[in-house]
Amino acid sequence: MRVVIVGAGAAGVQLADSLRAGGHQGPVVLLGAETALPYQRPPLSKDYLLGREDAPPPLRGETFYADHGVELRRGRTVTGIDLGHRHAVLHDGERVPYDNLVLATGARNRTLDIPGAGLSGVVALRTLADADLLRGHLAKAGRVVVLGAGFVGLEIAAAARLLGVETVVFEAADRPMARVASPPVSEFVTRAHAGTGVELRCGTSVVEIVGSSGAVAAVRTDRGELLETDLVVVGVGATPRDELARRTGLPVENGVRVDERFRAGAPGVWAIGDCASFPDLHTGRRTRLESVQNASAQARTLARTLLGDDTRHDEVPWFWSNQGQVRLQIAGVRQAGDRALPLGDPAGGAFSVLSFRQERLVAVESVNRPRDHVWARRALAGGTSPRLEEVAVELGL
Amino acid sequence: MARIVYRYGDGTTRAVERATPASVMRAAVEAGIPGIVGECGGQTMCATCHVYVADGYLDRLPDIGDDEEEMLGCTASPRDEVRSRLSCQIVVGSGLDEIEVEVPETQI
Repeated sequence: MRVVIVGAGAAGVQLADSLRAGGHQGPVVLLGAETALPYQRPPLSKDYLLGREDAPPPLRGETFYADHGVELRRGRTVTGIDLGHRHAVLHDGERVPYDNLVLATGARNRTLDIPGAGLSGVVALRTLADADLLRGHLAKAGRVVVLGAGFVGLEIAAAARLLGVETVVFEAADRPMARVASPPVSEFVTRAHAGTGVELRCGTSVVEIVGSSGAVAAVRTDRGELLETDLVVVGVGATPRDELARRTGLPVENGVRVDERFRAGAPGVWAIGDCASFPDLHTGRRTRLESVQNASAQARTLARTLLGDDTRHDEVPWFWSNQGQVRLQIAGVRQAGDRALPLGDPAGGAFSVLSFRQERLVAVESVNRPRDHVWARRALAGGTSPRLEEVAVELGL
Repeated sequence: MARIVYRYGDGTTRAVERATPASVMRAAVEAGIPGIVGECGGQTMCATCHVYVADGYLDRLPDIGDDEEEMLGCTASPRDEVRSRLSCQIVVGSGLDEIEVEVPETQI
């Protein structure tokens, strides 16, 4: 069996590793568009941005690939799939035959459709090259304007403050991290960033980036205010890289549409990680997650499936974000409307929020309380969802 | 030159030598040492770089920090109250020049 993996990020690399660890003997080809040795992205908005590391940690050491018979081919972009012949078609026309083709193409940053978005000094962060560009800009910026108060935007804001750069964050929603976090966590994070001098303006959009000689000079808000700046960081979320599936006629629905086994709608084609929308085990709803843990966990499950073991994917998703002194860990996925119960005291700087849906625990956000996170991962493990009264007894709520 | 020995349950070992300071986790990942994952990249967020430190080295290590202490509660292999550490928190090459650790059965 010849496995060809499209994308050498967390999902693709883990899949190659798990296939070998599981005893797979056939060829494994790992195709990556970037030229760097596959690396971990999370530090790009944290330690690497701060210059605390010379390079982001590699996903695996350089010798791993040859040692494990993984044919890593960097700087190779797949532009088409020939389903009939089972070939991946590369940008230069080369055809790579497969028995199983795994799309692990990840996500790309959502771009802003406002005037001035193409000016020099408007940057986004996803790749190592992006991080190097941003580092260079931050080193000489007096002020940075961050558009979007999600994980990445706030992590960059925290780093910018540590570098002594004046930082203003604009968020269209009425609170930071509104998509993933409960209101109490948003509130805490707002105060924490205010404490380090980040100016967070929620409910405000930037409608234009004003340039001077091709470079950023200011941003204009929907309230008509003009704010001078020499750097704009766009952190307004990501979209799945599903164009390959789209072009091939595979089903797409907010990402490559896969079933509960990660099958992508054609024989021998699969998708995992940020690019894949899959039926959630708990809600039955189609979902797509952008996280290292989800990428690795789905890769491990798919490796077992490809090796003939029919196991269900039921790992509880978890996420983390480091924003200055805020260590946020989330287990499970909450939705708007879930009932939020606090545990501990936000005023003390360490607390958790338990989210319940129909009286069952679905997610736990922990701020500077790893102990609760550890508990949550166990409580939600294997697809379980304890009832409110069980949780109340266990935690003494 | 710092030296790290990784020991496995079947008695085999792998040694890594580092010219520059690195955590025991990072050194393992970069050298392709199996059994140490380090999914969060050394942020004490994931507990997938769990090791059992060999006798004779324990008293040369920095104390277990609050975050590490709590995350040690979620290791996939059982925690040893004396020997368990997260290897992302143990740095060789600056004060500590050699260490031996046992790699647990599983990290996930």
